[in-house]
Amino acid sequence: MSWQRKILRVDLTAGTVTSEPLNMEWAMEYLGSRGLGTKYFIEEVGAGVDPLSPANKLIFATGPLTGTMASTGGRYTVITKGALTGAIACSNSGGYWGAELKMAGWDMIVFEGKSPKPVYLLVRDGEVTIEDAAEFWGTSVWHTEEHLKAKHQDPLMRVSSVGRSAEKGCLYAAVVNDLHRAAGRSGVGTVMASKNLKAIAVRGTVGVGNIRDPKAFFDASKAAKKVLADNAVTGQGLPAYGTQVLMNVINEIGALPTRNHKDVQFEGARDISAEAMAEKRPTDGKANLVTNQACFGCTIACGRISQMDKGHYTVENRPQYWGASGGLEYEAAWALGAANGVNDLEALTYANFLANEDGFDPISFGATVGAVMELYEMGVLTKEQIGIEAPFGSAKALTFLAEKTATGEGFGKEMGLGSKRLTEKYGHPELSMSVKGQEFPAYDSRGIQGMGLTYATSNRGACHLRSYTVASEVLGIPIKTDPLATDGKAGLVKAFQDATAVFDSAGICLFTSFAWSLVDVAPQLQAACEGDWSLENLNVVGERIWNMERMFNNAAGFTSKDDTLPKRLTTEPAKTGPAKGLVNGLDKMLPEYYAERGWTPDGIPTPETRARLGL
Amino acid sequence: MIHSLAIARAPAGGAAIEVTLKLFAMLERWLPEGARRNEIRLSVPAGATPADIVVALGLPEALCAIVLIDGAFVPPDQRAHRALAPNEALSIWPPIAGG
Repeated sequence: MSWQRKILRVDLTAGTVTSEPLNMEWAMEYLGSRGLGTKYFIEEVGAGVDPLSPANKLIFATGPLTGTMASTGGRYTVITKGALTGAIACSNSGGYWGAELKMAGWDMIVFEGKSPKPVYLLVRDGEVTIEDAAEFWGTSVWHTEEHLKAKHQDPLMRVSSVGRSAEKGCLYAAVVNDLHRAAGRSGVGTVMASKNLKAIAVRGTVGVGNIRDPKAFFDASKAAKKVLADNAVTGQGLPAYGTQVLMNVINEIGALPTRNHKDVQFEGARDISAEAMAEKRPTDGKANLVTNQACFGCTIACGRISQMDKGHYTVENRPQYWGASGGLEYEAAWALGAANGVNDLEALTYANFLANEDGFDPISFGATVGAVMELYEMGVLTKEQIGIEAPFGSAKALTFLAEKTATGEGFGKEMGLGSKRLTEKYGHPELSMSVKGQEFPAYDSRGIQGMGLTYATSNRGACHLRSYTVASEVLGIPIKTDPLATDGKAGLVKAFQDATAVFDSAGICLFTSFAWSLVDVAPQLQAACEGDWSLENLNVVGERIWNMERMFNNAAGFTSKDDTLPKRLTTEPAKTGPAKGLVNGLDKMLPEYYAERGWTPDGIPTPETRARLGL
Repeated sequence: MIHSLAIARAPAGGAAIEVTLKLFAMLERWLPEGARRNEIRLSVPAGATPADIVVALGLPEALCAIVLIDGAFVPPDQRAHRALAPNEALSIWPPIAGG
């Protein structure tokens, strides 16, 4: 059956833990993880809830393939109303924690209320208790994980926790598990800390059994793994170079947002790329990249493990940062680097370590640094206010601001507002490169037109992981489309959005989609789970999930006016590269998209669409 | 440093042009000696196409997934026909993805 058919409900206000059966009727319609967790959330929480109030809930959800032998089957999703966005938030993480929760016998944990004091949840199979976290409240994610493993004398315990940035109210704080895997976006960590919930420590020995048809599942997962191994991207490119291999190609095509999107190409891109990470440093003769790493059950292994130059100004005489740890992925390298004009690879690595250590989203952080640097260059913010001179290109400003954001001290409190609130506070909201309050990731939508529509319509605010049309527009997966054209992008975005919702809800990694389509996922689900998981039904499930999220946002007050882009992208043409002279053509794509979706011209799902999807 | 690259189909003694070649990821190993930071200046016969350069360097065609001239994608069916102009940059990647 692959679902454990059991969820935990934790009332933090009352200090109680109860077990409930999983709603299997909903599982048949929403699959698991992102889809099923969101269904629970919207059934239980009003759309108008204040994200940081006890009335908001926080759901950790696995999918039916989480913890199974399906490749990459280790994912879980954190669902809540986002602290950064006020929209539906569902932030997905890998590592080992999700599989551990499933192997402890639980599909999902629903946290509600707010604890009167700092606590953590201890899950040891069916024995689940709320424990006092006072002795490590105020410490980092890294300290918390080490502390809990030592306290419980269990090195195999998996820990998901929040750091000091979340405790201090940074609105883009992440939930971090396994030291450097994160449910990173939308401020899900901020919501967790607002409930005085520091960590969830899990040890699971029950396992994941009761696969519907074990032999068929073995055959289907084996065949799908062969597809990943035989594919040049998932079998060779990602393990060797990680996502960072994108840095140079996105720069070459003129879609690398640079200096708060003032430019679309960064002269220092090569210095912060995958190729640079693999080169020996002139300073110590060692490469930044130590090795790659896989999450639970993953046969791709795209993760980066890096080690810093011990003589770099950020870590000199600070041995706690000398070990090998989670290195730069593409999005982080872009946000910490090109977004600010910084090309010091070691400084970026250090800032990334801090984002892992104290749990904040490097994308929103880096993009906020970009806005701060632009405000500094305009003379709106001063050295005295920020605490350091902060022109574009200053590695020292970047690492200074990362340290302050990690601990919420000084200007770090302002940084924690995110770019939307910060730029509004200082009178220049137009400088926030965000949608629905969430900062853009690493693709400029003047050079990749479909990504403009992706960002504008993403249910969780600007995000590349809701519809990665870069795959088609730049990389030719599954087919090559013209990145500078708007024609056909409405249908492309819809197709990517719906399929992505299925990958996320199954409990597998979206990166499998570089080799797999739903044709490869369907037989694995069909063998593992009862129900109809045919390709046709999965397409409907994905569309249902997307519309469900949209309807929550509409009820929360979001309208078609929020499906927009900062005016920089629609009025200031790209200065260089193939997109020179172009702005994003959102005005053309958006009405086509609403029509493709079966929504009104105001962006609301029609009664016919809702009826067709069972909503 | 400028590396002269002989193109099999080009007539001897014809005019030459200079272009920039950039090879990334696992294609780095095919960069001619003298390349730095993934790129090198090439002297090639006028009229040379991306396909000519791929063949001359011995690059496996299956690994040439993303072929750009000055950042613009060159579709597979045009790679043997689109002549490089002086000072254009030819950039090639194997199949890659990320996000």
